Amino acid sequence: MLEKAFQGSRTYWTWIIFLLLLIVIGVYFYLKQFSTGLGITGLSRDVSWGFYIAQFTFLVGVAASAVMVVLPYYLHNYKAFGKITILGEFLAIGSVIMCMLFIFVDMGQPLRIANVFLHPTLNSPMFWDSVSLLGYLILNVIISIVTLDAEKKGIKPPSWIKPIIVISIPWAISIHTVTAFLYSGLAARPFWMSAIMAPRFLATAFAAGPALLIILCLFLKKISKFDVGKEPIQNLAIIVTYAMLLNVFFILLELFTALYSGIHHHAEHFQFMYFGLDGNYTLVPWMWISTFLAILAIIFLLIPSLRKSDKTLLWGCIFVFSSIWIDKGLAMVVTGFIPNPLGYVTPYWPTMPEIMISIGVFAVGILVITGLYKIALTVRGELKSM
Amino acid sequence: MDRRKFIYLLSGTACLGIAGKVGFELTAKGEIINSAEKGLGNKRWAMAIDLFRLKKKNTYFACIEACHNAHNVPEILNKKHEIKWIWRENFKHAFIEQEHKNLPQKITSLPVLLLCNHCNRPPCVNVCPTKATWRRSDGIVMMDWHRCIGCRYCIAACPYGSRSFNFIEPKPHIHNITEDFPARTRGVVEKCTFCAEYIVKGEYIKQPDCVAASKGAIVFGNLNDKNSEVYKLLTTKFSIRRKPELSTEPEVYYIIEDEEV
Repeated sequence: MLEKAFQGSRTYWTWIIFLLLLIVIGVYFYLKQFSTGLGITGLSRDVSWGFYIAQFTFLVGVAASAVMVVLPYYLHNYKAFGKITILGEFLAIGSVIMCMLFIFVDMGQPLRIANVFLHPTLNSPMFWDSVSLLGYLILNVIISIVTLDAEKKGIKPPSWIKPIIVISIPWAISIHTVTAFLYSGLAARPFWMSAIMAPRFLATAFAAGPALLIILCLFLKKISKFDVGKEPIQNLAIIVTYAMLLNVFFILLELFTALYSGIHHHAEHFQFMYFGLDGNYTLVPWMWISTFLAILAIIFLLIPSLRKSDKTLLWGCIFVFSSIWIDKGLAMVVTGFIPNPLGYVTPYWPTMPEIMISIGVFAVGILVITGLYKIALTVRGELKSM
Repeated sequence: MDRRKFIYLLSGTACLGIAGKVGFELTAKGEIINSAEKGLGNKRWAMAIDLFRLKKKNTYFACIEACHNAHNVPEILNKKHEIKWIWRENFKHAFIEQEHKNLPQKITSLPVLLLCNHCNRPPCVNVCPTKATWRRSDGIVMMDWHRCIGCRYCIAACPYGSRSFNFIEPKPHIHNITEDFPARTRGVVEKCTFCAEYIVKGEYIKQPDCVAASKGAIVFGNLNDKNSEVYKLLTTKFSIRRKPELSTEPEVYYIIEDEEV
C-alpha cells in the first residue's frame, strides 16, 4: 500500500520536493540549536516555554479532532462520514507526529528523552501526555491501515478492529485533557490554573480540527476527483459552528471570572494579552485580530446561506482556524509566563531559527499527511490526474 | 508442543518479564532512594533570613558570590539567559502579594535574598517527568543534572522563579572553577541545593556558603530540633514566607523585625 505514495504526477513531486527543502532548512537550524543550546530561540529564564510548546498544544487539538468524524461514523453508524473518516485519522497521525517533534525540539537534552520512559513518573502530567500521545498514534496507525486495507480488498474490516476503534474515541478526548492538565495544575501560573482549560482545549480542537478537514476536503475536490459530497461537509460545518460558539463562550467565562473577581494576578495576564502591560504590547494586535476573526467566523457559520455555500464556508473555516491558532498557538502558552511570578514582564517573540525549525516540523507533518492522503485517494481509485 | 504453541508461550513469557521489570521499576525506586537516604533521619533543614540584619551587615553580594563561586554558577550578563541560585530582589517583587503602598518605607526598601525555598510540597518535584528533581527525606529538594532532559516543566511549576535553565554553554562564563563541585552542561535546569554536598552522615560538616558569608544574618539548621538556633529564632520573632497561600510550605523564612524596636 505504501508504494502508492511514491507514484505521482509532476505537481505531486514538486510539492514533495518543496516540503523536503523546508525540512532540510529546518534540520540545518535544528543542528545549530543542538550544538549551541536553546539560547538560539527567543526563550528566556522568565518565558521558558514559547512557540514550540504552543504549536504542540495546538496540534494535539487537531489530532484529537479526528474523533469528530470517527465517533458519528462508528458509534452512530452515520454512513455519510464513511469517506472522510480515513482523512480524519490520517490527519491525526500527521498531527501527532508533529506534536512529538515539537516536544523533541523543545528539549534541552534531547538525547536523554528516553528518560521519560526509563524513569516513569506517575505524578507528572508530562509522563501521561507522552503515554497518551504515543498510544493515540499507535491506535490510529492500526485502525487506518486495517480499515483501508479491507476497503482495498473490498471486504469488511475484521471484527477485532471494532473494540480498538471504540477505545480510540475516549483516547482522543484524553490526549487533549491530559495536555490541558500540563497547564491547569500549576498553582504558580494563575492564567493557566483554570478548571475550564480542558473543556476549552476540546472546544478549540473540535472547531479548528474539523475546520481544517473541511478546508482539505474542498481542496481535494478541486485537485482530484475525490468528492466527499455535500452532506458530510455540511455536517462537519455544524460541528465547527457549535464548537466555535462553545469556545467563544468559554473565553467569555474565563474573562468573567478573572475580571469580575478582580484578583490582580489573574486579571493582569488578560491585560497583557489585550491591552499590553508595562509597555509590552507584543500580543495586543494579534489578540484583536483573533477576536475579529472569531466574530467573522461566527457570522459566516451562523448564517445558513453562508454556511451552505462552499465558497463562504471555506472562508468561515479559514477564520475559525486562524482565530484559534493565534489564541492557542501564539498567545496561550506565553501569556502564562507574563508577568512572571515576581511580577516582571519579560517580552518574548520567536527568533528566525526558532521559526525555521518550526516550519521544518510542520513540513514533516504535511509530508506525512500528503503521503497518507495520496495512498487513501489512490486506493479508492478516485484520482483525476495527480 | 507444536511450533505455534511454543511461539505463544515464548512471547507470553517475554511479556510477563517486561511487565515484571516495569512493575519493579515503578515500585522499587522509592525504596532504593530511601535506603540511600537512611541516616538523614527525622530532619527538616530550614533557613531564616533576617532582613534587617542583612541590610545592616550589607552582605548580599558576599552571600551571592560565595554561593555562585562554590557551585560553579556562570555569570551570564544577558538577563534572558541568566543563571542564579541566590539573588537580590526588591521587597515589592519578593513579597508580591504582601506589599501595600502604606507599608513603612524602612520595610519596603529592604532588599531580599531569594533562593530555592526547598518546599515541603514542591510543585517542581510533582511535575518532573524523569525524577531528575526530588525531595529528600530531610526536606532538601535535590537535582540530578545527568538525568534532567531540559523540558523546563519545573520552571513553569515553580511559583518563586527559583530555577534557571542553561540556555547556552555555561562553562565559558565560569570565572573560577571549583574543582570539587560539578559544572553543568547546557540544556539542563539548575538551582540551589541547600549545599547538600556539605552533609556527611546526615549532618552538615560546615555551614552553607551563603550562611557563612552573611555575618549572622542568615541562620540555618534543623527545624525539627527544638534546640537549634533556627527553631528558637522562628519561634520568637515574626517571620513570613513567600506565597504561603499556594500551600507549597517553603522552608525559607524571612524575619522582619527591627532589632532596635
